[in-house]
Amino acid sequence: MKDAADSTARPPAAPPTGSAHGPRRSRLAAFLDSDLLHSFLRSNLVILAALVSVAIVGAAILAPVIAPHDPYDLKSLSLLDANTPPVWVQGGDPNYLLGTDDQGRDILSTILYGTRSSLAIGICSVLLASALGLSLGLWAGYVGGRTDAVIMRIADVQLTFPAILTALLIDGVALAILKHHTVEGSKFLILVIAIGLSFWVQYARTVRGVTLVERNKEYVEAARLIGIGPLKIMFQHILPNVLGPVLVIATINLALAIITEATLSFLGVGLPPTEPSLGTMIQVGNKYLFSGSWWMVAFPGFTLALLALAVNLLGDWLRDALNPKLR
Amino acid sequence: MLAFAIRRLFEAAFVMVTVALIAFVVFRFVGDPINQIVGQDTSIEDRLKLREELGLNDPIAVQFGRFLSNALRFDFGVSYQMKQPVTAIIAERFPATLELALAAALFAVALGIPMGVYTGIHRDSWLSKIFLTVSLIGVSLPTFLIGILLIYVFSVWLGLLPSFGRGEVVRIGFWRTGLLTASGLKALIMPAVTLGLFQMTLVTRLVRSEMLEVLRTDYIKFARARGLPERAINFGHALKNTLVPVITVIGLQLGAVIAFAIITETVFQWPGMGLMFIQAVQNADIPVMAAYLMLVAFLFVSINFVVDLIYVRVDPRIRILGRPT
Repeated sequence: MKDAADSTARPPAAPPTGSAHGPRRSRLAAFLDSDLLHSFLRSNLVILAALVSVAIVGAAILAPVIAPHDPYDLKSLSLLDANTPPVWVQGGDPNYLLGTDDQGRDILSTILYGTRSSLAIGICSVLLASALGLSLGLWAGYVGGRTDAVIMRIADVQLTFPAILTALLIDGVALAILKHHTVEGSKFLILVIAIGLSFWVQYARTVRGVTLVERNKEYVEAARLIGIGPLKIMFQHILPNVLGPVLVIATINLALAIITEATLSFLGVGLPPTEPSLGTMIQVGNKYLFSGSWWMVAFPGFTLALLALAVNLLGDWLRDALNPKLR
Repeated sequence: MLAFAIRRLFEAAFVMVTVALIAFVVFRFVGDPINQIVGQDTSIEDRLKLREELGLNDPIAVQFGRFLSNALRFDFGVSYQMKQPVTAIIAERFPATLELALAAALFAVALGIPMGVYTGIHRDSWLSKIFLTVSLIGVSLPTFLIGILLIYVFSVWLGLLPSFGRGEVVRIGFWRTGLLTASGLKALIMPAVTLGLFQMTLVTRLVRSEMLEVLRTDYIKFARARGLPERAINFGHALKNTLVPVITVIGLQLGAVIAFAIITETVFQWPGMGLMFIQAVQNADIPVMAAYLMLVAFLFVSINFVVDLIYVRVDPRIRILGRPT
């Protein structure tokens, strides 16, 4: 879909030229140092995906400011307002644009806050997974030998199982341990750890591969000769060379992590219904599907699908753009 | 070949022991098993006696050995929640999951291969573009959303298909099948489609890219030059050569199907192992969780083992690379 029609819907940021190809390209590339920007502007779909992502993330960050109601504020809830349909349906209330759920919470506000927690969990778990995978991959690749064998063996074993299953198991065990003493916010932490621990393998394998190549290059040799410690070589000299692929994996993983969180919450082992996330909203809404309250599941479901699709597209584009073989 | 198989077997055994160790640690140390079995008003003496009887005072290594030997005999103890032997619960639930997984795989292959062949041959037709766009959406949508969407359309809106359960089942020996009744088959449609959709898109994309590659080769050009009909070229020559990777991927995906069955079974309240596992997680029913973990690990390891062996048979290059150096 990256072909054709690139002259019709160019964003205003691009200079007014007849074609994005040809001689103009070098100036555009010089403008912001990149093929990256070029390939970005070439695809309308990617621009759309980026706009959607930015809009959703922005709305989530600004949730406390722009949300018409506060779904955490139990005082403002009234069961009399429960099950109100969206405003354009008969019986709708202009106070609640997208209707309310079974507790009388405004769907629009709950989506805004829910996206916030879904994104927060997704981003935190991707950070955890990449930090873990990056460190273990660098370590395994640089030190080699038995350390390498052990780390990669663990990675192989974990790779035998789908990530969602690993996340479910870690989540389940953590819930069983914490069954009797619940701490505020512990569910959030459990989810981040469960999802983070189930996605590190891919980073570790990629980083190790690059490290194996880099460690034999002259600059690493030179650094070693002048007496720089292995930790500093790993994180200051080799690390910059692996950041590209890590960024790509992280973007694609972000979509996966958001979906995983929603899935766990939907299965009833993620966030509790009192802490809205897109997954818990869909879980609650699913119960009312047969009573005709489609809005409870439709809007959060649509938001989740849109977010996942947009981030996925961005990840795909980043992968193609950063991979010189495909250019 | 034999050396390779033995080495793989050792690796598989290593994975299984690791998983067993994890299952054992969880089983033994998450919460006190005694508290889970007896009620609040059991006296301390009785508790101590039970502890001795269950062997919870033995050295850890002995306990792990007992756990392993019990697991080998499919004995995983009694479910905390349902007060039944875990093995009996699994035996009851297993047929439902297997039927669902096979139906999903069948759906994925029966639709995925033709779609892959079509999009491979007619690269630029609008129908191919529709197929590929749909498959992109299918990959991006979470499984449970697809399930809910199907329920809304076919159960709530059109009222055509049941939204939960297996319908009527027929008992053949210990196996309770839903495949022999009309209501059972009807109940199977939506869960199977939901579960198989992701695999279908995977098969479509794989067959497509393989077809694109094969169609460029010389022997296809030669077949064209001989004036063979398009049908014979596409299906007799090209498709046949794409099937090896497809079979491998489908084999490996069977494991993923069983894992994702957890989600599908929850959406459709399908009484299989996945639903059992989720209920066990929600209720901290450790024996059921441990048994499920071991069973799934066993399935995954066996599938990987078989696929590895098939691979070696099919592709001699791996035989050389896979040899220990």
